[in-house]
Amino acid sequence: MTTSGSDSPPKPLWLLAELTYRCPLQCPYCSNPLDMAKYSDELSTEEWIRVFREARAMGAVQLGLSGGEALVRKDLEELIAEAHKLGFYINLLTSGVGMDEHRIRAFKEAGLDHIQISFQASSEELNNFIAGNDSFRHKLEMARLVKQYDYPMVLCFVLHRHNTDDVAQILDMAHALQADYVELATTQYYGWAMLNRDQLLPTREQVQRAEALAHDYQEKLKGQMKIFYVVPDYHEERPKACMSGWGSIFLTVAPDGTALPCHAAGSLPGLSFPNVRDHDLAWIWSASPDFNRFRGYGWMKEPCRSCEEKTKDFGGCRCQAYLLTGDPANADPVCAKSPHHAELQRRVALASEQTPPRESPIVFRNMRNSKRQMGVLDSGPPANARRLSEASTD
Amino acid sequence: MSGPISPSSVPAVSKGFRLQWEEAQGCHVLLYPEGMVKLNGPAGEILKRCDGARSAAEIIQDLERQFPGAEDLSDDVYQFLSTAHDNQWIRFAA
Repeated sequence: MTTSGSDSPPKPLWLLAELTYRCPLQCPYCSNPLDMAKYSDELSTEEWIRVFREARAMGAVQLGLSGGEALVRKDLEELIAEAHKLGFYINLLTSGVGMDEHRIRAFKEAGLDHIQISFQASSEELNNFIAGNDSFRHKLEMARLVKQYDYPMVLCFVLHRHNTDDVAQILDMAHALQADYVELATTQYYGWAMLNRDQLLPTREQVQRAEALAHDYQEKLKGQMKIFYVVPDYHEERPKACMSGWGSIFLTVAPDGTALPCHAAGSLPGLSFPNVRDHDLAWIWSASPDFNRFRGYGWMKEPCRSCEEKTKDFGGCRCQAYLLTGDPANADPVCAKSPHHAELQRRVALASEQTPPRESPIVFRNMRNSKRQMGVLDSGPPANARRLSEASTD
Repeated sequence: MSGPISPSSVPAVSKGFRLQWEEAQGCHVLLYPEGMVKLNGPAGEILKRCDGARSAAEIIQDLERQFPGAEDLSDDVYQFLSTAHDNQWIRFAA
């Protein structure tokens, strides 16, 4: 609940529309929920447009069109056009798979402001292995077209044990493609990434080298290409200010209309999260119990409650607190003040200093594996289970 | 262009940025990929005049006409244009 009755709830500035969880890629660090297969009853075009209208009326101005792969939606052009009329700044977050010159031009005409393309690596072999398809060359081609059609271009690379050593090659490639911004996003351990954590955690030395290189390039390419390096929070002493606070500026709507304060919050226990099919967004944002559950500071326990840094980091991430301690109201264990911090450090050290165990194969993100995770399919080796160490032996 | 901003410099909002008035927030905002800058009143008034046609001197004149009570605005305008240029929000057409 909110701490003081006098403060009216903040307004959402960001709407992340996860249009679908269907995706031609199978990245094992995907932040979509493990039970994504149950979100198949997707909102219709008209329902999405109503969501956009209601969010815009509350003041949301940044719109992220994401997934899954948003390009799977045949109505993407129409959704962009409607969102543009409403005055959103529209970001398409995509793998580039499902895009071609015709669509890039149509998006531009509809009013799309920016395209972010994600790459899995700077080499074709590793990119295609992680993505689970032969997408690398197509992504390069799409990146060139994004520039040709005069969009600002962001390239996103999710970093983990298997590509963290390639930061220099990654940034050289991004520079050659004339990216305006590059996000080096360290894997965050939710959803599929949590399942594959032992395979993905980089060593402390890898992280330090990558960070130093990223800073060198930031200096070197100042004024040409902006580089965002997201520090891996498992290796930190203070938690991230996750979502700038629960229900503060950020609103996600999942493919089936479930409204969430962040895209990972669906995994939290004891919360049911309202659906845009049943309620209008203004009620969901301002009045629903779930959006007020961790808003403000009143819900906090020690050590957060009396901590003077709580206004800076809001106690960190609720999902991470739950995943690592079992209670989402605990301090995020990334914080050195958390009683669970030492245990997290021990596990990070253990996982990151060892070669990933051969008997724990990587689990690729796909609907079949999602159903296995939900217990819908019989257990057995996960579909497409391969070890990353096999990547170079194809 | 680099170097000091002169009265004849012609600023324009950079490609890839979008300036718009946000009723819900009661201010101008500058939008860019996955980000936003909320502008205070004076900053919004200056930036919305950065149209690639008016020079810095003309912008100052225009502001002084519109806000007759304000003291000499030129220092504030040059200072803001310099900050805006450092942040790549504007470029100079001339």
